[in-house]
Amino acid sequence: MATAQPGAAPAPRPLLSLSDVSVTFGGVKALKGVSFEVMPGEVHCLAGENGSGKSTLIKVITGVYRPDGEARISFDGEVYDHMTPVAAQAAGIRVIWQDLALFPEMSVAENIAFQEVVGGRPRRVDHGAMRETARKVLARLGTSLDLDLPLRDYSIARRQIVAIARALVGEAKIIFMDEPTASLTQAETNHLLDIVRTLSREGIAVVFVSHRLAEVIEISDRMTVLRDGRLVGVYPAKEMTPSRITELMTGRTFDANVRARSHGAAPAVLAVEGLTRPGEFEDVSLVVRRGETLGITGLLGAGRTELALTLFGMRRPHAGTIRLDGKPVRFRSNRDAIRAGIAYLSEDRLSLGLIQPQSIADNLVIASLGKVMTGGLISRRRKEGLVARWVGELGIKIGRQEDAVSTLSGGNQQRVAIAKWLATDPRLLILDAPTVGVDVGARAGIFDIVARLAAEGLAIILISDELPEVYYNADRVLHMARGRIVGEYDPRSVTLPELEAAVYA
Amino acid sequence: MLRRLQTQTTEMVLLAVIVAICLVLSLASDRFFTLVNLFDLANASAVNIIFAVGLLVVLIAGGIDISFAVAASVAQYLTALALARIGGGGWVSGLIIAGSIGILLGAFNAFLIHRFRIISIVVTIATFNIYFGLLMFFTRGVSIYDLPDWWTGKIILFERQMADGSWAELRLPVLVMALCVFATWALIRHTTTGRQLYAFGDNPEGARRFGISVAAMQFIAFGWLGLMAGIGGLVQAHYAQEVVPNALYGRELDVLAAVVLGGARLGGGRGSVLGCVLGVLLVAIVQNGLNLLGASPYAFRMIIGVIILVAITLSNAQIGKLFATRSEGRAAP
Repeated sequence: MATAQPGAAPAPRPLLSLSDVSVTFGGVKALKGVSFEVMPGEVHCLAGENGSGKSTLIKVITGVYRPDGEARISFDGEVYDHMTPVAAQAAGIRVIWQDLALFPEMSVAENIAFQEVVGGRPRRVDHGAMRETARKVLARLGTSLDLDLPLRDYSIARRQIVAIARALVGEAKIIFMDEPTASLTQAETNHLLDIVRTLSREGIAVVFVSHRLAEVIEISDRMTVLRDGRLVGVYPAKEMTPSRITELMTGRTFDANVRARSHGAAPAVLAVEGLTRPGEFEDVSLVVRRGETLGITGLLGAGRTELALTLFGMRRPHAGTIRLDGKPVRFRSNRDAIRAGIAYLSEDRLSLGLIQPQSIADNLVIASLGKVMTGGLISRRRKEGLVARWVGELGIKIGRQEDAVSTLSGGNQQRVAIAKWLATDPRLLILDAPTVGVDVGARAGIFDIVARLAAEGLAIILISDELPEVYYNADRVLHMARGRIVGEYDPRSVTLPELEAAVYA
Repeated sequence: MLRRLQTQTTEMVLLAVIVAICLVLSLASDRFFTLVNLFDLANASAVNIIFAVGLLVVLIAGGIDISFAVAASVAQYLTALALARIGGGGWVSGLIIAGSIGILLGAFNAFLIHRFRIISIVVTIATFNIYFGLLMFFTRGVSIYDLPDWWTGKIILFERQMADGSWAELRLPVLVMALCVFATWALIRHTTTGRQLYAFGDNPEGARRFGISVAAMQFIAFGWLGLMAGIGGLVQAHYAQEVVPNALYGRELDVLAAVVLGGARLGGGRGSVLGCVLGVLLVAIVQNGLNLLGASPYAFRMIIGVIILVAITLSNAQIGKLFATRSEGRAAP
C-alpha cells in the first residue's frame, strides 16, 4: 500500500486539519483557537494534562461537541463547519475510549461487529456475517480470539485488542486511542505498540493520548501539546525527552534528580524475612529503615501487590516473619495492621481507595475515626480541624470540605487518599502505584510530599511498574519477578537505562 | 463443543439437575413419570413461562419489574369487562385487548423510569401497589365467573387415554406458551433490537455511544413484558375458568426467582430463553414432586429458597471457571 511516509515524502496533504477551534461551556473556554493536523498513516501524540482540552478536541473531531463559529474542520478532502457523530463514523473517524465501551457479557464477535446491529430498522441479525467481519479484522491485526466466548472471559489486554478491532470495522482512516496502555503490562503494551505500527503501515493514522511519556516518544512521529485549552506547539517526537514534554505540558520545569540517600544507620522499621505465600510470592526478605523510601518494581503479576496486602494484614503469610520496630507481629486483619502503624494506599484509588460520592472530609477521616470522636459520637469541630490540617499540609486544592471526592482532579484525589492514611499517624506507608491516573505535574507534587514525609522519619514502600518513578524517588530499588526478589539496585550507582534493561529483560 | 458447553454452562447445569430430580422422583413415586402428570405439569407451568420470558427481556435490559403479575390481573379484569361490553368477542379480540392493556401498563413503568430517572425496582414497587390497589378498590375484590364460552372452554391440543382409563391432555396454554417462548427467543437472539437490548443492559454508556436510544430500549423491554403479562393473564383466566382479582398476587416473586435461577443476571446483559424456561420447569417439578410425595407446601417454599441460594452461590462465573481450568488442565500436558 502506497502511503505517505511522514517527513519523507514532499509535503503530503493532511488527512485531518482543524483550524481556529474554540469551544465554550457556559462561559468557560475549554479550547481557545486550537489548530491540529494529522497526516495519513501518521502516529500522532496528543499530549497535555487533564483539563488541557485533549478530550474536548477529540469530541469536536468526532462530532460530540460543536465548536464556536469560526472553526474549520477538513477531513479527507471534505470541509465541515462541524462534525456529527454519524458523519464522523461514515468518514472513517474512530475513537477507542479509555473505558473501551465494550459489552463484557456479549461474544467477541458481537463486540467487534456491533455496528452491524445498530441503526436502521429492526431487522434479522446475521450472526454468520458478524463472525466473518470479526474474524477478518482480527486477522488484519495478526490475532485470533475465540469469537463465541463472552468478552468477560478475556483480560484487559485482550479487550483492548477487541476495542481496536471494533474500530477497524468499515473504512477506518484515523483512530483516536485514549490512554490505551493505562492498565497494560509492559509486554502487553509492546504488543499494542506493534499493532499501532501495523495500522500506520496500512495508512491508518493513529492519534495516541497517553500519560506514559516514554512510550509516546517511542511510537509517535509528531506530537501536539496542549495546555489550558491552548496550543503550545507541534514537535517531532524524536527530538523530545520526557522532561521536555513535561515542561511543555505544565509550563514548569522539574528537576529529575535521583533523590536516593543512604539510611544504613537508621533503625529498621519493618524487617521481613522469608515471607511466602505459595503461588503469589516466595521467600521475600526486606528491610525498610526510618526515613527510607524503598522502591519495589517489576512487571504486573510479579507479586508486588500481593506482598503489600500481606504486609497490610489482608492476607496471611504461609511462612516467614514480619517484624515491626524489631518486634515480631502477626496480623489477623488490616485493622491490626493499621493499629500497629501500617498504612496502605491501594493501587485502585477509584474503586478501593476512596469512596467517590462521599465528601472529602468523610473520606479523609474514615481511617482515623477514633481521633474525631467525643463520647462515642463524631465531633464536627474535631473533624473539621483534622481535615483542615491535612488539606493544608498536603496542599490539596478543594472547594468545601463537604464536596464529593469525585469532584476533585486525579492528583488532588490522590492527595486526599494519602492524607487519609497520614491521619492515622503511620510508621510505615505503603504506596501502591500512587500516580496511576495522575497528571505529570501533579505527580511531581505527590513525590515532593513523599520526600517530605520520608525526611520527617516515615518509612515508605513505593510500589510502581513505572521505573522512572522508583528510580528517581526511592533510596533503594528492589526488583520482583515471578514472586521473588531478584535484584536490588542503588539509583546512585546504576543508570535508568541499566535498570530498565534489567527489569524488562 | 466444549466451548459451546462453556458458554451455556448455566443451562447445562440446570438441565442436569432437572434430569437428576426427575430420576429421583420417578423412583420415589410411581405417579411422577406418567404422561398424565407430565402434561399437567406443562399445562400448569405455561402461564409462569409466559411471564418468565417477558420478565427475562426486562432483566436483560438491566431492569426489574415487580408489577407485571398484578398488571396481568388488571389486564384480565378489564378484558373481561370489555368483552362483556362488545358482546363476547373471541380469541383474537381477547388477545388484542389483553395484550394492549398489558403493553400500556408496561409502557407506564417505562415512562416513569425514563422520564423521572427512577430506578426500575422503585417504580415497579410503586406501580405494583397502584395497580393492585386500584383493581381491588374498583372491583371490591369481586370475581367474575360469567366469562364468554370461548374463553373458558377447554381446548385440547393432544390427548391420549391411559391404561387406567384416565386422559392425558395437552391443552391450549401450552401452545400459547410455545408461541411466546419462540417469539421472545427470536426477538432477543435474532433481531437487531434484541442484541441492542443485551448491549444496553450490559453497558448502557457503551450502547449510548453507538447511538442506541435509551428510551426505546426501556419501552421495548417493559412493553414486551406488558404484552406477555396481558397474554399470560388471558391464558390464566382460561385455565382457571374465572377471573379472580387477587389470583396472581404474589406470582411476581416466584417468576422472578425462577428467571434468576435460569441464569439471568440482575443488572443486565445476561440471560437466555432456554435457561429461563428450565428455571421455571425446575421450580415446577420440585413443587410437583413434593406434592406427589405428600410433603407440606411450606417445605416447598423452603426448598425453593435453598435452591436459589445454592444456584446463586455457585454463580455461573464460578461454574464456568471450573470448566475452564479443567479444559486447560487437559490441554496442558
